[in-house]
Amino acid sequence: MPANVLTDGIQPARLTPAEYEQNFADLHAPLDPHEALVAADRCYFCHDAPCITACPTEIDIPLFIRQIATGTPEAAARTIFDQNILGGMCARVCPTETLCEQACVREAAEGKPVLIGQLQRYATDILMDKAVHPFERAALSGKKIAVVGAGPAGLAAAHRLAMLGHDVVVMDARAKSGGLNEYGIAAYKSTDDFAAREVDWLLQIGGIEIKHGMAFGRDVTLADLQLEYDAVFLGMGLGGVNGLGLEGADKSGMSDAVDFIADLRQASDLSALPVGRDVVVIGGGMTAVDAAVQAKLLGALNVTLVYRRSRARMNASVYEQDLAASKGVRIITNASPVAVHGNGTVREVEFEYTDDDLTPTGQTVRLAADQVFAAIGQTLQGEDLPKLERGKIKVSATGLTSLKGVWAGGDCATGGDDLTVTAVAEGRDAALDIHASLMGGA
Amino acid sequence: MADLTTDFIGIKSPNPFWLASAPPTDKEYNVRRAFEAGWGGVVWKTLGSEGPPVVNVNGPRYGAIYGADRRLLGLNNIELITDRDLFTNLEEIKRVKADYPDRAIIVSLMVPCEEEAWKAILPLVEDTGADGIELNFGCPHGMSERGMGAAVGQVPEYIEMVTRWCKQYYSKPVIVKLTPNITDVRKPAAAAHRGGADAVSLINTINSITSVNLDTMSPEPSIDGKGTHGGYCGPAVKPIAMSMVSEIARAEATAGMPISGIGGITTWRDAAEFMALGCGNVQVCTAAMTYGFKIVREMISGLSQWMDEKGYTDTSQFVGMAVPNTTDWQYLNLNYIAKAVIDQDLCISCGRCFAACEDTSHQAIAMSEDRTFTVIDEECVACNLCVNVCPVENCITMEEMATGAIDPRTGRVVEAEYANWTTHPNNPAATAAE
Repeated sequence: MPANVLTDGIQPARLTPAEYEQNFADLHAPLDPHEALVAADRCYFCHDAPCITACPTEIDIPLFIRQIATGTPEAAARTIFDQNILGGMCARVCPTETLCEQACVREAAEGKPVLIGQLQRYATDILMDKAVHPFERAALSGKKIAVVGAGPAGLAAAHRLAMLGHDVVVMDARAKSGGLNEYGIAAYKSTDDFAAREVDWLLQIGGIEIKHGMAFGRDVTLADLQLEYDAVFLGMGLGGVNGLGLEGADKSGMSDAVDFIADLRQASDLSALPVGRDVVVIGGGMTAVDAAVQAKLLGALNVTLVYRRSRARMNASVYEQDLAASKGVRIITNASPVAVHGNGTVREVEFEYTDDDLTPTGQTVRLAADQVFAAIGQTLQGEDLPKLERGKIKVSATGLTSLKGVWAGGDCATGGDDLTVTAVAEGRDAALDIHASLMGGA
Repeated sequence: MADLTTDFIGIKSPNPFWLASAPPTDKEYNVRRAFEAGWGGVVWKTLGSEGPPVVNVNGPRYGAIYGADRRLLGLNNIELITDRDLFTNLEEIKRVKADYPDRAIIVSLMVPCEEEAWKAILPLVEDTGADGIELNFGCPHGMSERGMGAAVGQVPEYIEMVTRWCKQYYSKPVIVKLTPNITDVRKPAAAAHRGGADAVSLINTINSITSVNLDTMSPEPSIDGKGTHGGYCGPAVKPIAMSMVSEIARAEATAGMPISGIGGITTWRDAAEFMALGCGNVQVCTAAMTYGFKIVREMISGLSQWMDEKGYTDTSQFVGMAVPNTTDWQYLNLNYIAKAVIDQDLCISCGRCFAACEDTSHQAIAMSEDRTFTVIDEECVACNLCVNVCPVENCITMEEMATGAIDPRTGRVVEAEYANWTTHPNNPAATAAE
């Protein structure tokens, strides 16, 4: 008898093909041209607009929206890509509700911001669908730069460096480029293989070579790179995951949310992907929400996201929390995991109620679970790294590390939030600083 | 509910909302629907002389400009007068008037500028039982090339002459519809008055090209790759129309002459504004063409509510009330001093006031690090641009300075006395205030 949502244990094929297709379709259908015009008409073209300030890449949002409103979405896309070469992905995954759209004066005026994210997607989709790359390289500099990691930070740095005339070699441990754009991020935010298409489009600039299967620290060291290249940019992200550190955390059914998300993104057939009937996700960030929502969409009957502090302290935005709730995920807060129960296979997770300071209350609750995902943070991996600060590579405002000729950006470095858009900004700015450093005085 | 019954030059209608002579009033079917919807009257689409009717183009007749969300702000048309047989129209008018005796039916006319032509058609119109005629001296396209419409309306002597013929050969009220495509609208209005017209109606449509197709390089609407100017109407023309209405209402030669207001009237408020400037009633076209006849229900309910709120019991009580307050620039009080005030609770910090003032005006708005916008009274000339560009209604207001206060911009005390340019010391032609 085939599995359904009531079948216990971790099972594939709980849903019909049509349900999988519907559940993992685009979270926001793209705006059609009329919808885009209506949405663009709402922009007030603010002076020194707050949305620009709120964008880590400082895209000139009022300008690109006006370009959409006047029938030139291609020019709008150019305005976006000038600042953010991964503007297409950012349009899909940015937590706009806490960035540009939160700053939108229409949010203040009427609680309904201009649909900046969806307009950005509208413009970038149009230009990218034309398969024409809007940028050209400057005269070649003869400089060669190593970029570690083909994620958002590395790609943004590589593109800007290539544009400025340098040759770039990008090394990445995985088989595909894109980093978390390819292996992280909920599937319904990046449909139709967008992450891979975006990388292909970006590489049209030329001058960028990507070497896959090159793990930093295993296949190549920082010392090698410093010797061989004129400059090095580290953007390898956070390769390790934090463990729950609980007794019984090694039981069958326990796994990391990032692996689940990556498997889901790489799956060619979602029905082959097994998921529990009673899923518990431990954590309070975007990764926890992405894992919880997708477990639910894969056909889990009960999905509970448990966070040890209160709602207000969750890293996942209110929008993401609401999205999870709307998909049927139950959110429990102020509960810290204390034990995993089960005979070889997880049956229950026990939590103790805790306040925002994690003060134990002695009161516990057990949740039935046949699958548990831990999403309590990632860690930097690697040896002989530049100086660290709070577990990340310490960088200046322009991404320079403690080592001469070595820059870093993205999740592996100190700096802004761990967001795609922040990584893009840091990669871009490091590239500009590398350029200035290499060409300065010339 | 205030009674909206209107008596305009002896023609009674249950409300002051008439449909203008235009496509919506071209035939019995439409006019019956209009009356069922509640319109107080219609001006039947312009009839021409007996004989083969005019022909219209077989491509697009309308062009438009839009605001946000394709809200139609301006429409232009290159349609001609009725292209249906004269006698068909006359029979229909007679039938509809018989069935709707309480509604006003005015017949718009345009025939060659010859006495015989008018002498021939007027008895036919008289026979329909319609309440009056409107002389179409305004149509700016097609017919004007044939010496009719605006071609007559642009020559005051012709207006006077034709009006005289009409008063001679027709017993009921004669309204002269004026073209705005003229330098001084008071001249044709005065000519109509001299010719004995009972009223003028204005404005007819304005010469216009709504857009140019940048692929075909043809003006729109485009007929086989070519375009021509059309007549512009809709909300965009309302300010032009109201100015012209006010000039006629104020001019010595035409003061007190009944006016039927036309030009972009879309809501009850637009109608009330035209009436305040001296119009005994109003005519509507574009709003009906955009939204259908049902809009008249909002016009009726809105005007009634406003009249109730203001204590008016009859539309005649507020007609022309804004005319005495419409004056020449030289008579405006130069001792009236105001300053912009920004309500910080309403401000959404868009900064449009700042951009407008800083870039294009008087550098009278300050912007702080935290995006608080404040008026610099020392620089503010009260130009109102910040009010106009602010997206939040009533967020920025112009506040009058009290008498005796010192204007920080000029350092002068605000005077209580009215003083205008005619007596200002900077005016070389000033007459000393004795």
